Amino acid sequence: MPISRDSVVAASAAETVMNSATPHGKANAAPEAALAVDVRQLHKQYGGRTVVDNLSFHIRAGECYGLLGPNGAGKTTTLRALLGLVPIDGGSVHVLGYNMRTQAQAARAHIGVVPQMDGLDPDFTVEENLLVFGRYFGLSDAQIRARIPELLDFAALTPKKSARINELSGGMKRRLTLARALVNDPDLIVLDEPTTGLDPQARHLVWERLRALLARGKTILLTTHFMDEAERLCERLGVVDHGRLVAEGEPRELIAQHLEPYVVEVYGEGAEAWLHANRACLPGRVEVAGETVFCYLDDPAPVVSQLHATPGLRYLQRPANLEDLFLRLTGRDMREEG
Amino acid sequence: MQGNWHWPRPTRLSLAVLRRNFLVWRKMAMATILGDVLDPMVVLLALGFGLGKLLPAVEGVPYITFLSAGSICMGALYGATFEATYSAFSRLQVQRTWESMLNTPLSLDDILWAEVWWATLKALKSGVAILFIVYLFNISRAPALVFIPLVLAVAGLTFSAMALVITSLARGYDFFMYYFTLVVTPMVFLSGVFFPMNQLPAALAAAVQWLPMAPAIGLVRPLVLGEMPPGAGWAVLQLLVTGALAVWLAAVLLRRRLLR
Repeated sequence: MPISRDSVVAASAAETVMNSATPHGKANAAPEAALAVDVRQLHKQYGGRTVVDNLSFHIRAGECYGLLGPNGAGKTTTLRALLGLVPIDGGSVHVLGYNMRTQAQAARAHIGVVPQMDGLDPDFTVEENLLVFGRYFGLSDAQIRARIPELLDFAALTPKKSARINELSGGMKRRLTLARALVNDPDLIVLDEPTTGLDPQARHLVWERLRALLARGKTILLTTHFMDEAERLCERLGVVDHGRLVAEGEPRELIAQHLEPYVVEVYGEGAEAWLHANRACLPGRVEVAGETVFCYLDDPAPVVSQLHATPGLRYLQRPANLEDLFLRLTGRDMREEG
Repeated sequence: MQGNWHWPRPTRLSLAVLRRNFLVWRKMAMATILGDVLDPMVVLLALGFGLGKLLPAVEGVPYITFLSAGSICMGALYGATFEATYSAFSRLQVQRTWESMLNTPLSLDDILWAEVWWATLKALKSGVAILFIVYLFNISRAPALVFIPLVLAVAGLTFSAMALVITSLARGYDFFMYYFTLVVTPMVFLSGVFFPMNQLPAALAAAVQWLPMAPAIGLVRPLVLGEMPPGAGWAVLQLLVTGALAVWLAAVLLRRRLLR
């Protein structure tokens, strides 16, 4: 596969970001064996269109890593390459020490996957779903049956063990999918948007379970659209756009590195007029999205007191967060579903 | 991962997929037995006894005896085809069962072979049920009947693999109508189920001979009459070659669909 000059530049840019994002280069010096996932210069195209562009990242054993990016950024393709489910056009993918080009099936025996769509068997009960899935790993019925009570307990589904899938709520189905992903006692758990479509209670329960798994030493890779989810769970994040890694690091550090510490949002009817009148004397960066003005500031006090003195305006002062970072890195344009 | 074109090789794990399908089937066995078995049975008894009264002997035997061989094969054809089209498509597209399976050590080759075997078992079940009727109603009690399940296993595999080729191309359930209308139904009506193929124009009969229903009936009909089928080796070879080509094509198409 010919490697274009563009992608070489992108790869070295991604490396620069990685190096600067890991303090003292400690992570890069980590021994090979401690890496649960090692993706190097991954390249994938569909019909001449590049969807993953020399993407490199690694995940240390026991770490929770989040892959963020707008729709169509290449996250799902990256996950599929990580599971050995797509032929790749360049680079290498190693998971738990297995080369995913040649040893994918052996590697998947040690991986648990929570796909975007649950894919539970509607003809089976909760318990049967776990039993049947365990057999796909070559486990004996006795081995699986011994694990089921613990899995049901973990997913808080013990009272529902004989229920059919269509009797479960969205949150229960998600928890069952998580329990199903643990049937083989995996070392790495891959979750594709684990809490999309769940209500806040259900999301908090899933987060709590994922933290429990981390406490047991499992490695977690997740993709998400929810920045609070990424910030709560992930020790490190990679932001992907157009198939490239555009930033990587610890959430707080990334924010500090790319953004001013404070954001003042001014919204409502008078916001635009206020911006026109005050643009010249605003000290930081300003962005407008819809009818909201975002002011990125090192010191919000002067702007806030000025706003306070302007009657009728609604505003909000807050620390910069991951969502600001995400929008900063990937832009405010709407993306097509992909 | 090695290209799309290699012959699909299953591992022992594919048995877990077979067991999954069996567990689903066990939960609704009654309904499927009604559909797969009762339909061809009604056709056999109604046409055989009803139409048979009006007809002189066909190829020297009572019409119902003639028809029974075709009915057995037709049962196998429908048993395999419904399973490997509508049901398999539900698992492929609607329930995403195969997608979940691919996240385990199972390979697509495992899943494909398990589906071929499973639909073959459905073919066997439907064909053998009619064979049982044939025995029960004393339409034939020839000792050679014991060889019929072997023929059904080979023909069932071929029917299953052909249907899986169609499933691997399908984007919705409607697509299967083309297969049934353009392939399955003509094959049933022209391959000698209801009347001898020598009633067809020679060119049409020669063309239909290439489809797997004709060799299957060519094997089963003599067995029902208690005779060893002439040219059995060639008929079995035709079924096996057709089946192998279909399995391979289904594997290639499914890889292009699911592992890209």
